[in-house]
Amino acid sequence: MLSVVLAPFAASLLAPFLVARLGDRAALVLALVPAALFGWALANLGEAYPGRVEATPWVPGLSVPLSFNLDGLSSLFTLLITGIGTLVVLYAGGYLKGHARLGRFFVILFGFMGSMLGVVLSDNVITLFVFWELTSLTSYLLVGFEAQKPEARRSALQALLITGTGGLCLLAGLILLAEAGGSWELSDLALSRSWLQDSPLYVPALILILLGCFTKSAQWPFHSWLPGAMAAPTPVSAYLHSATMVKAGVYLLARLEPALAGSEIWLYSLLVIGAVTMLTGAVFALLETDLKLVLAWTTVSALGTLVFLLAPSDEPSVKAAMAFLLVHALYKGALFMTAGNIDHEAGTRDLTRLSGLARVMPLTFAAAAMASLSMAGLPIGLGWVAKELIGTAKLADDIGFTLTSATIANAMVFAVAGIAALSPYLGKRSEAAEHAHEAPWTMLAGPLVLGALGLVFGMLPQLAADALITPAAAAVLGQKPVLAIAIFKGVDWKFLLTLATFAAGAVIYLLWRRFGAAWRDASAPILARGPDRGYDRLLAGLASFATWLTRLMQPGVLHRYVGASFVVVALIVLASAFRGRFTLAMPSDGGLVVEWAVILLTGAAAIVTALATTRLLAVTALGVVGLGVTMIFMVFSAPDLAITQFMVETLVVVILALVLIRLPGFQLGTPQQRQGPAALLLAVAVGTGTALLLLGVLAEPFDTRLAEWFAAESVPGGQGRNVVNVILVDFRALDTLGEITVVAAAALGGLAAMMRVGRRRADAPPQSNLGEPR
Amino acid sequence: MSSLILRAATRALAPLLILLSLFLLWRGHNEPGGGFIGGLVAASAAALQGIAFGPAAARRMLWLPPAAVAGVGLAAALLSIVPSALFGLPPMAALWSKVDLGDGAYIPLGTPLLFDVGVFLVVVGSVVALIAALEHKPE
Repeated sequence: MLSVVLAPFAASLLAPFLVARLGDRAALVLALVPAALFGWALANLGEAYPGRVEATPWVPGLSVPLSFNLDGLSSLFTLLITGIGTLVVLYAGGYLKGHARLGRFFVILFGFMGSMLGVVLSDNVITLFVFWELTSLTSYLLVGFEAQKPEARRSALQALLITGTGGLCLLAGLILLAEAGGSWELSDLALSRSWLQDSPLYVPALILILLGCFTKSAQWPFHSWLPGAMAAPTPVSAYLHSATMVKAGVYLLARLEPALAGSEIWLYSLLVIGAVTMLTGAVFALLETDLKLVLAWTTVSALGTLVFLLAPSDEPSVKAAMAFLLVHALYKGALFMTAGNIDHEAGTRDLTRLSGLARVMPLTFAAAAMASLSMAGLPIGLGWVAKELIGTAKLADDIGFTLTSATIANAMVFAVAGIAALSPYLGKRSEAAEHAHEAPWTMLAGPLVLGALGLVFGMLPQLAADALITPAAAAVLGQKPVLAIAIFKGVDWKFLLTLATFAAGAVIYLLWRRFGAAWRDASAPILARGPDRGYDRLLAGLASFATWLTRLMQPGVLHRYVGASFVVVALIVLASAFRGRFTLAMPSDGGLVVEWAVILLTGAAAIVTALATTRLLAVTALGVVGLGVTMIFMVFSAPDLAITQFMVETLVVVILALVLIRLPGFQLGTPQQRQGPAALLLAVAVGTGTALLLLGVLAEPFDTRLAEWFAAESVPGGQGRNVVNVILVDFRALDTLGEITVVAAAALGGLAAMMRVGRRRADAPPQSNLGEPR
Repeated sequence: MSSLILRAATRALAPLLILLSLFLLWRGHNEPGGGFIGGLVAASAAALQGIAFGPAAARRMLWLPPAAVAGVGLAAALLSIVPSALFGLPPMAALWSKVDLGDGAYIPLGTPLLFDVGVFLVVVGSVVALIAALEHKPE
């Protein structure tokens, strides 16, 4: 299965060369890749229950394998991804014909295809997360594909930020889940419900995972990125933002259903969020005039329905969810492609300017009509799902809520099906329809095939049920359900309710034709305050917070940085000195005369540094302090350290003096600014703290194991008697390599900074010499 | 700065310091010294040269631009990793060979020596680059 996931990535790498060589016809060749994968998925349908896990080692050190699981649920998704993928690749070849960046488009599209296959096939949670993030990333690139448009860039960033934030929550949630469930493999976690739900980690894990899934699947209140994502080219909208990627959240919920479902928090959060999303999407769909946005909002509504259906986790609702998932992918993919055809051939997607296209675009109309029938509720369509839904409402106290919200949403979606399929095509020819013409075959194959499939499955529901829906539901439920679907179950109150829903939908459609413009005008001010506005506010707030924080942390004044570091050092040392057992070693032997001499010299030089009246004197005195430290190293027989310290001190004095001379307006006699009492206090605190720390360290027993090991291994292991150098160039050579890299980088940085200063000075106008003393 | 004494002393001191730095580098594996210390000594020779004769003279002490010397040093240090990989050992494992001088005397040569030379060059190049740039007077 690894090769299945990697195949689209390989195609992604080849795509630019194919496009360079074959132009638009490259799409025909590239479409073979998902077509072959589709064939593979079909051939493996039979063994999809109970699932087959294959693992390839990936990061053995962290025990993260590339493990994949092919069961009913992943089969269904794999078929959707590769099947619709084939049609979308063909479609994109026509839609983006002659586009200068067609090669780049296919690179990202195939990258997405591979990532999405990775998401639905992964068994390891970390692998799943990696592919999950890759889908967010490729979605970002595809939404922002028309990068010259500001709204495309904004939408892309919004999609990335919302799904990316959700992705981080998801990672945390998955880690908690794996800790609580005792395994990193989803197939094991599916069996862990009994102890998982008693774990204290269950609730935090669930909330974080729900956040990840809800952001990805555009649930309220995180839905605002999905309509924005319509800035992407239409093939992308059909593929990512209706049929596949936005279903990743639904997929993960279904996948984790055996482990997580059953608790009240699961039930009510999915039920409520799903219902709100379902209704929000349906209402907003009626308020748009852009055909793609109408479809986007119905997608939001459909995603809400799916989440809603996954809430009760009993057999009828899971079956309904899987059936609806399949049906929705088929009809929504087809409708997006027909919308793209209209946009492409008639030059607009504005519903108020489109009518009478049926005569000029008959095949597109046929596809749209078939898809809409499925959307409006042929037996396996939404109507069927609605009936099943009522079966799920066996939670007696919830029946009102479930029934009402589902019925209202269904009626509205029925109306939208009419809007999307009828209103642009029927009626008298509009201006836009005058010079429209039928789309090329590559752009008709997709919608026609998907629309027809919807009808076939509608007429032969048992076919879809046996091959796809039952195995998928079995994977979600963890048992093999028997699915009997009858097109017509006889006249009972459920059937009557369905008829009533259709009637209500028809009424809403007629009302929309009449009053649509008035509804839009009335709702515009309310819509301006939605979550999309909240997103803008949040982003602006984040930016100003970052500005404030940067000003606070990076004032650009050296002594504030140094002061802040010293305050922290002093606080840590003093706090640990007063906390708990902290014994001080008191030197008792009195010390040698030479030691006292060195200490006196160093102390005197330090005082001179602090009291120096000119900067040059301060720098020189600081050098003497360094020499004192060098002598201390000598006294305690550390010659390597002593030489290094001596050289460093020498060079520091030279460099500091050079820097001082270059400072603008510097004179040898420039008096030094005196620091205030705060600096004195800080100096005393740091000095006292360091002294206390050293005395405390001396009081602890000294662990000599490491020193002894180095001393013993130096000659046999490192071929050298100088332990210090052997450590530097052999035992710890990697550290040294890092250090010399830093040294070289610092030198280059300093050079670059000085070159800028030099250039700026050369550009500056010459200054008068009058003020300078001789 | 044009002090006759400084210039006369530098003419003698700078070559001596360079010799000393090479000596420290060479013996560093067995006696106090090593690439880091040697590099600092050589850099101080260059600094002295720069103070006495100007930044151009300091740069002339190196064959290449100072930043390039640092780059060569980094490359040498990285190169010392390669042989162990060729022998299938863990990266950076030291390899030694003994060059026989007869009479039982030999010189041990190994990848750590190459690494140390790299350290030496990085330190010299970086410090001289900064000092020469600082000594350079903008017009």
